[in-house]
Amino acid sequence: MVTVTHYVVASAALFCIGLAGVMSRRNVLMILLCVELMLNAANLLFVAYSKAWGNLHGQMIVFFVITVAAAEVTVGLAIAILMMRQRNTLDADAVQSMKW
Amino acid sequence: MVEAHSAAAAVGATDPALLALAGKAAWAILLTPLICAVAILLVGIHRKSFAMAAAVGGLATSLICTLFLFFQASQGHLAVPFEVSVTWISLGGLSIPFGVLIDNLSLIMTLVVTGIGSGIFLYSVGYMHDDAAASRYFGMLSLFAFSILTIVLSTNWIQLFIGWELVGFCSYMLIGHWYAKPSAAAAGNKAFIVNRVADFGFIIGILWLWSVSSTASDDRTVHFATLMARLPVLVESGAVPVATLSVIGLLLFCGPVGKSAQFPLHVWLPDAMEGPTPVSALIHAATMVAAGVYMLCRTFWLFEMIPSTLNVILYVGAATAFLAAALGFAENDLKRILAFSTLSQLGYMVMAIGLGGPVAAMYHLTTHACFKALLFLGAGSVIHGTHEQNIWKLGGLTRSMRWTSLTFLIGSLALIGFPGLSGFFSKDEILVLAREHNLPIYLLATLTAGMTAFYTGRLWFVAFMGKGHAHGHESPPVMLGPLFFLAGLSVVAGYIGIPAWLGEHHEAFHWDVALTSTAAVAAGVTISWLLYSKRAIAAGSLVRALALPQSFVENRYYIDDIYTWYVQNIQQKIIAAGCAWFEQNIIIGAVNAVAALAQGLGRLLRLFQTGVVQTYVLVFVAGVLWLITRYLAVR
Repeated sequence: MVTVTHYVVASAALFCIGLAGVMSRRNVLMILLCVELMLNAANLLFVAYSKAWGNLHGQMIVFFVITVAAAEVTVGLAIAILMMRQRNTLDADAVQSMKW
Repeated sequence: MVEAHSAAAAVGATDPALLALAGKAAWAILLTPLICAVAILLVGIHRKSFAMAAAVGGLATSLICTLFLFFQASQGHLAVPFEVSVTWISLGGLSIPFGVLIDNLSLIMTLVVTGIGSGIFLYSVGYMHDDAAASRYFGMLSLFAFSILTIVLSTNWIQLFIGWELVGFCSYMLIGHWYAKPSAAAAGNKAFIVNRVADFGFIIGILWLWSVSSTASDDRTVHFATLMARLPVLVESGAVPVATLSVIGLLLFCGPVGKSAQFPLHVWLPDAMEGPTPVSALIHAATMVAAGVYMLCRTFWLFEMIPSTLNVILYVGAATAFLAAALGFAENDLKRILAFSTLSQLGYMVMAIGLGGPVAAMYHLTTHACFKALLFLGAGSVIHGTHEQNIWKLGGLTRSMRWTSLTFLIGSLALIGFPGLSGFFSKDEILVLAREHNLPIYLLATLTAGMTAFYTGRLWFVAFMGKGHAHGHESPPVMLGPLFFLAGLSVVAGYIGIPAWLGEHHEAFHWDVALTSTAAVAAGVTISWLLYSKRAIAAGSLVRALALPQSFVENRYYIDDIYTWYVQNIQQKIIAAGCAWFEQNIIIGAVNAVAALAQGLGRLLRLFQTGVVQTYVLVFVAGVLWLITRYLAVR
């Protein structure tokens, strides 16, 4: 029997993997992928609780998240392409001109 | 907007229809000059004849309304005092009415203002005929009439103060009427600033009086009639100590010291002679400078409770009367001699207040307004005809300006107190009061009467009878008319029972006082005749013998120099420089320090912005984790 606890644990695991990736990876594409992972961890949680409580509120939120994530990836990938063109690198640490 | 209600405190029975009409007339007295002033200044500034007609017509309307009320009151149809007012400003605890108070005192003063004022307005039509800015002049004159009537008809301290400041403003505008002349502009400034100094004390006095005027059941008030009833109770119960009231009285007296040009704030009045002569006659002799005395009479119920303040008033008045008369000895300008004479006579009035005689003060105010306005208008006629103000360059005027000379002579005789003329009776009242209460002051006042005779005689013998040949021509009828009118008033004002109207039953005539003062006057005139007309005494040797007092008087006791020294050395170099230092170092320094602190903090916080996205993520995650632990800990 798969209970809601299983989903929560799986979601938390996914979220932590994503977070660790965002914090540790230097490649911009990998960071974007990890952000997606974190978003989907949240989506999983929404869907699980939607099922558990027998209404569609959670599912509805998920559609929003997917839409926003698509937009976010569009912008993120565009930035990554421009980074490659301008700086010839995808290393996040190499881009730090926006500082004091 | 304003809640209109008519509070008619009728003592006797007055016909309601008459009461309603009287209320309308009372408002008309006050507001007609204002309407005319606004009309002149807004639409008539380039229409000279309209301005003249509006100004004269406006004040004449006021005069007619005043006469109507005066006759209704004197024949007993109208019960006085009566009041019409609206609540003008109502704040929590402070309610300021604006209205008209009609009683015997305000009626006589309103008659002086509108009656003599109408004559002077008419005279101005001739005097200012060729002036390019005559419209502005008549506009300000109308505004002045409104302002002084605001004081005279005031029902409360705040309204009085508003009128007080307005007359100061009008005075400033009219002294500086010929503002292209530097001395006129400076004189206007001087008058305004000196009066500001005095009014500062005055407003503090008013506010202080207001602040102590509450009782257990009633709120604080600035209303005259209410205060008049309430103050004796407050003093008796000890709620307001007499000492406090004395200080309030002294502060209130600051106002008259400035406006009525009492020693030591008299310095602005001689300089105010830079204005057009009808202005000197109306504002700086007959009405505005007398407003201080009027205010003391109006609120005498307050001053009679505080004898120590009355003493101060007495000595200030006596000093002004004496010192200003001495200043008249050494002055060579026709108008300035009259200005010093005005100072001296105002000193008499203030002295009468100090002696506890508001009726005598008001009596002298009324007669003085008649003959001093006459003298100034006569001087104006001389200046208009000869374009000369130095008495030594005048002379022989009795031939070339016969009617002006005749009326001027009547005015001079009334001023020195020639028996039978108005000044004789009113000055006598004050001298009688002085002899009853204070012998040294009586002697000083009698001496001053002699001195008045001396400088007036000098003026007459030199400027009018002198050997000089001023080529003058007689003034037009529009200027001579008011002269005759005022000359008539100067003769009869002593006989129409002004003291009785003001509520003093006539005392027996004091022959001894009258004879003594007449002897002093005769001596003064004789000495001036011997010196300046007969030249039996060589003036030169006398001047040499009196070199020290002479230089003292010629420099006006060095009071102007002391003020100049004070302003230049104390005020500018110490007080102003100290304030500037405080501002530039302490205040600006504090502002700059706050700015520097913000800048420094900004510099520090800027270091957090590394530009490395993952550092931000790290800090963000740490923050979220911290919030979660806090949340769990609180639960």
